[in-house]
Amino acid sequence: MPQAQLDLGGKLRDPDFSSRIVWLSLIVLLLWPLAVATEFRPWIFWDPDNRKVTADFLASFWPLVYNAEFMRMVASETWRTVAMATAGVTLALVLAVPMSLVATRVLSLSALSGRMNRWPAVLRWCVRASLIVLRSIPELVWALVFVRVVGLGPTAGVLAIALTYGGMLGKVYAEILESGESHATHALMRNGSGRLQAFVYALLPSHAAELASYTVYRWECAIRSSVVLGFVGAGGLGQQLDNSMKMFNGGEVATLLLVFVFLVALADRASVWLRRALA
Amino acid sequence: MKQTPPHLPPSRGYSREAAHPPYKLPPPLFVARCWACWLTAAMLLLVIASFVSLKLDWAAFASVEAARSMYRFMAEFFPPDTSPQFLAKVGIAAWETLAMSALGTAIAAVLGLALAVPASRMSSQDPAWLRSPTRWLLNALRAIPELVWAALLLISAGLGPMAGTLALALHTSGVLGRLFSEAMENIPTGPGDALRTQGVGPLRVFAYATLPQVLPQLMSYTLYRWENNIRAAAVLGVVGAGGLGQLLSFNMGLFLMNKTATILGAMLLMVACVDALSFGLRRWLNR
Repeated sequence: MPQAQLDLGGKLRDPDFSSRIVWLSLIVLLLWPLAVATEFRPWIFWDPDNRKVTADFLASFWPLVYNAEFMRMVASETWRTVAMATAGVTLALVLAVPMSLVATRVLSLSALSGRMNRWPAVLRWCVRASLIVLRSIPELVWALVFVRVVGLGPTAGVLAIALTYGGMLGKVYAEILESGESHATHALMRNGSGRLQAFVYALLPSHAAELASYTVYRWECAIRSSVVLGFVGAGGLGQQLDNSMKMFNGGEVATLLLVFVFLVALADRASVWLRRALA
Repeated sequence: MKQTPPHLPPSRGYSREAAHPPYKLPPPLFVARCWACWLTAAMLLLVIASFVSLKLDWAAFASVEAARSMYRFMAEFFPPDTSPQFLAKVGIAAWETLAMSALGTAIAAVLGLALAVPASRMSSQDPAWLRSPTRWLLNALRAIPELVWAALLLISAGLGPMAGTLALALHTSGVLGRLFSEAMENIPTGPGDALRTQGVGPLRVFAYATLPQVLPQLMSYTLYRWENNIRAAAVLGVVGAGGLGQLLSFNMGLFLMNKTATILGAMLLMVACVDALSFGLRRWLNR
């Protein structure tokens, strides 16, 4: 078969030209109303006044502030950030473990022989729904609410992390426990073991690594979000960052940002290492 | 099966399985060589240290008085404000949130692609000088959360949704840039090499070999991040960057709890819709 002759008409041509143009113009057309809705006017950055404010702020980033008093404060706030995340995840576990045990369908005795009974099914459904509700309210909103109730300080942040992460962990734990083989668990329950025994001796060993690694990953996420929670007054690095920004103290902002990036990188490393050790 | 605790030395020559097993102590709880024991101990220490050092205000939360104030606080939420004017306001804010997330993600996709090209080694001959510096930049963009970016951008962009959009764009471009560059480095090199050996320049190799191969993956990453960004955009306004969050913090600051309840409901509804839509789409795509 002779090869199809390409008639290039003397010059190279993009074979996909028309469809590219159509897609690009379609995307621009779609993005236009979005730009209007978000008041997207990037040229205000070139406004002389604005440029001066921005330049002044950026210029004040250097030199970094690192006197002993400030660094001591930064260190204690960094520890507070980590502690808030850790305490929050611990409380989240207190919430998530029982709820995920209740929600797991594999641990149902009545489901061993055909359909689950009605009331256990309703209970499981309710627990699952409440986990989803807990999870879908962002921790920042919980923190806003708790700051009103318990006042400014780490308590609000810890509670916010505990509730949101409790929902997340509980839901994912239940999903992890339901994935994979259920033979061993069912064999134990068929032979008369209790649900808790079946969980401890069959279900947990086969999923322990996955559960632990997910928990560590969430702890890492909690460190990131505990910084953010500081912005609504829950203490920690975020609150300091907010204060320094409001006072236009660029040097402090730069130092805090560097510390924060370093903390996140460290948590990331620690989490990767821990997950590898647990696997 | 023979059960030898890991901390005992391996058996030498003789069998450990006697007819009547000799009296053995149970294995100790903490073995100095056991990695997991140290790890667990360290975690317990971290948890205890956290709780001790935070000086959590349990009394303010777990007392009758606190329960009463919590109840009063919750009761103020009802009934949510459902007057048409306010609902229209919430609707506009919700649209603003959606627009912020979509535009932010779109900008991030373009910026991420632009940064992913220098951040990846396109072929084995590619010296990729910029690979490490660009990756550092991407890591920095990614490490700073949207909310912090928004607070920083407020200084030059002013209050309003544009700061939020740009904040989402910056953080997401760090995330997407990294994912994109990993996708580009992991594609089969055949098509690109075929063009390169014909003397085709790097730009056209990228346009006709690399991009078509990674495009589906790029699209799915972008859509996934958009889903995340809708959730993020809802709360971004708390620092003043537009959308539902701004309305929320404004009304909460004025203690207008009925309005706050409506906004919270709108937020929940939006997140639930996005979750359901993405779940449905995923199920439909994986069918």
